[in-house]
Amino acid sequence: MDLLDWALLLGRVAVVFAGLLVTVMLLIWMERKVIADMQTRMGPMRAGPRGVLITLADGIKLFFKEGIVPAEADRPVYLIAPVIAMLPAFLAFAVIPFGTSVTLFGREVPFQLADPSIGILWVLAMASLGVYGIVLAGWSSGSNYPLLGAVRSSAQIISYEIGMSLALVAVLMYSGSLRLSEIVEAQARVWNVIPQFPAFVVYLIAGLAETNRPPFDLPEAESELVAGFHTEYSGIRFALFYLGEYVNTVTVASVAVTLFLGGWRGPAPDVLPWVWPLLWFLAKVLAVVYGYVWVRATLPRIRFDRLMAFGWKVLIPFGLVWVLLTGAIVVLPDVYGRGPVVAGAAVVFGALVLASVAAPLLRPRPAAEVGR
Amino acid sequence: MSADQVAFLVLAPISVGAGIAMLLQRNAVHAALLLVVNLVTVGIFYLMLAAPFLFAVQIIVYAGAIMVLFLFVIMLLGVDRAEPLEEPIRFQRTAAVLLGVGILAELVTAVRAGVGFRALGPAAFAETGADTAALARALFRSYVLPFEATSVLLIVAAVAAMVLARRRPAPATAEPEGVVDAEEAAPEEVGA
Amino acid sequence: METYYQSYGVVLAVLIAGVALVAVAFGAAALLAPRRPLPAKLATYECGMDPVGEGWSQTQIRYYIFGFLFVIFDVESVFLFPWARVFEGLGMTAVVEMAIFIGILALGLVYAWRKGVLRWV
Repeated sequence: MDLLDWALLLGRVAVVFAGLLVTVMLLIWMERKVIADMQTRMGPMRAGPRGVLITLADGIKLFFKEGIVPAEADRPVYLIAPVIAMLPAFLAFAVIPFGTSVTLFGREVPFQLADPSIGILWVLAMASLGVYGIVLAGWSSGSNYPLLGAVRSSAQIISYEIGMSLALVAVLMYSGSLRLSEIVEAQARVWNVIPQFPAFVVYLIAGLAETNRPPFDLPEAESELVAGFHTEYSGIRFALFYLGEYVNTVTVASVAVTLFLGGWRGPAPDVLPWVWPLLWFLAKVLAVVYGYVWVRATLPRIRFDRLMAFGWKVLIPFGLVWVLLTGAIVVLPDVYGRGPVVAGAAVVFGALVLASVAAPLLRPRPAAEVGR
Repeated sequence: MSADQVAFLVLAPISVGAGIAMLLQRNAVHAALLLVVNLVTVGIFYLMLAAPFLFAVQIIVYAGAIMVLFLFVIMLLGVDRAEPLEEPIRFQRTAAVLLGVGILAELVTAVRAGVGFRALGPAAFAETGADTAALARALFRSYVLPFEATSVLLIVAAVAAMVLARRRPAPATAEPEGVVDAEEAAPEEVGA
Repeated sequence: METYYQSYGVVLAVLIAGVALVAVAFGAAALLAPRRPLPAKLATYECGMDPVGEGWSQTQIRYYIFGFLFVIFDVESVFLFPWARVFEGLGMTAVVEMAIFIGILALGLVYAWRKGVLRWV
């Protein structure tokens, strides 16, 4: 590696970092505008044209706010928690392929920071480290609301992390590789979302819960927990939590696009061959995030006991069954040929859907539980 | 000096230091955090030894799952609770010393056995993701029985935890009549 | 050989960039933000009332069970990943092996379900 390589490496990291920050900035604006539109409000409209600079204005404001460290707080942990909450989100994004590559100064520069052989597992590992930021913030604040919010949040995140990893396993079984660039490669003919639609749904739901987004924003349910784990945080430290949460949303959406929606693939004309994949990737991420915003505007917050029940009694059993079913679908054609296997899988899947619809109907409902 | 040697020289003191600091730390949450630091640095050592899959396992299972469980338990007990200094179990100290000697002997044996090994795994091997595949083949061909036994081990642990954490017979306020789901109220629980 | 370390080197660069971002943000905030601590300001937030007792109270044992179940299923998913990488080459035997493994663990989940452990209220 010579000097040019190093410069390109640092340049890539800097550009991706800046790009991620700008994306997050625009995303927050988009979310506020879309939600406002769905609720027939105007949303932010003062800072910049159509309020597009609102996030920047908010960010700048937070720099000028006093950062209070409560007297009861455990100081070192309290100070480091927002950093821990933010960093894994960035690190997880480092392995996402967001385009093909471009030739700069005679070197090929890939549109992916790192492409380790453990790909998906890296994303999962970073997601599991992200829990610490929340747990530590809640505990170190030395206050009741944050503590409750943190314990709730971590219970929620770990429950849905299993559903998420089951969805990832199903994709992995299909593509046969952990490396994200190869998973995109394997989707050249058909996107994973078609054969793996159930896994896609499981992943999207788990992703909502992982990022603490509505309707799974229990840890921050303001009507019961004030602001949850970051109740005692203010100023720039609060901004870091906020930033981390949205980078996380981008990462979760990017993983969904990479694993299920063909990554950067899409029809492209022959001019500027490196621009189109990038645009396709951005458009798909935007579509997923738009879906999340839509869900937020549509669904009320779910009750915590039902959230946990859904995770453990629906999502995880379904994920387990789906993994085994995928295994059978992949392996059986070698033994029996394709036709009967597809038919059998359709029957089993139909039966599952039927059972999941019928089960709640057959359940006896005591009078006190009509609301459930 | 190559890059991985530099990385080792930076990380090894952090790893050992975090371990020692964990033992000396009185605050349970701080101790748990230092243990996380230690676990993560050990994971990075795996990465440097060209075993990226082990790194992922270390982070996901140890740093991600087991330590979160630890933190739950610590929060469950309340951090500030003063620990009584007398031993709740008799001969605890003797047992601890004996077990410590045993672990030390095991470590010495393991390290001595490992001295002859190559210091670095083949990174090209890890680069292709072959390490994961090789591990999987060994696991699902040669070691099927231990693998299945693992699940039994896990389930025994889970059932034990549930029995230990079982709730006392609920006071009248906890469960208003009519709220109990027919399918969920196991008779043992009510009678326990 | 080189590409292997290179990819994690890039990750290290991302980590350093992240830490630098945080450092710059904290530094700027330290310069720009006012700092006037008052006892009332530093008090724990309690919806306007004076806080009573310690914030570090004991939490429900319920969370412990979920933490434990999580560890078990996390270990399971860690077994699933290498399996998913190679099961196609090993054929039906591998699927059956994993089905047995998952089946035994699912028994644990069913046990928890029947015992009412998964019920929150």
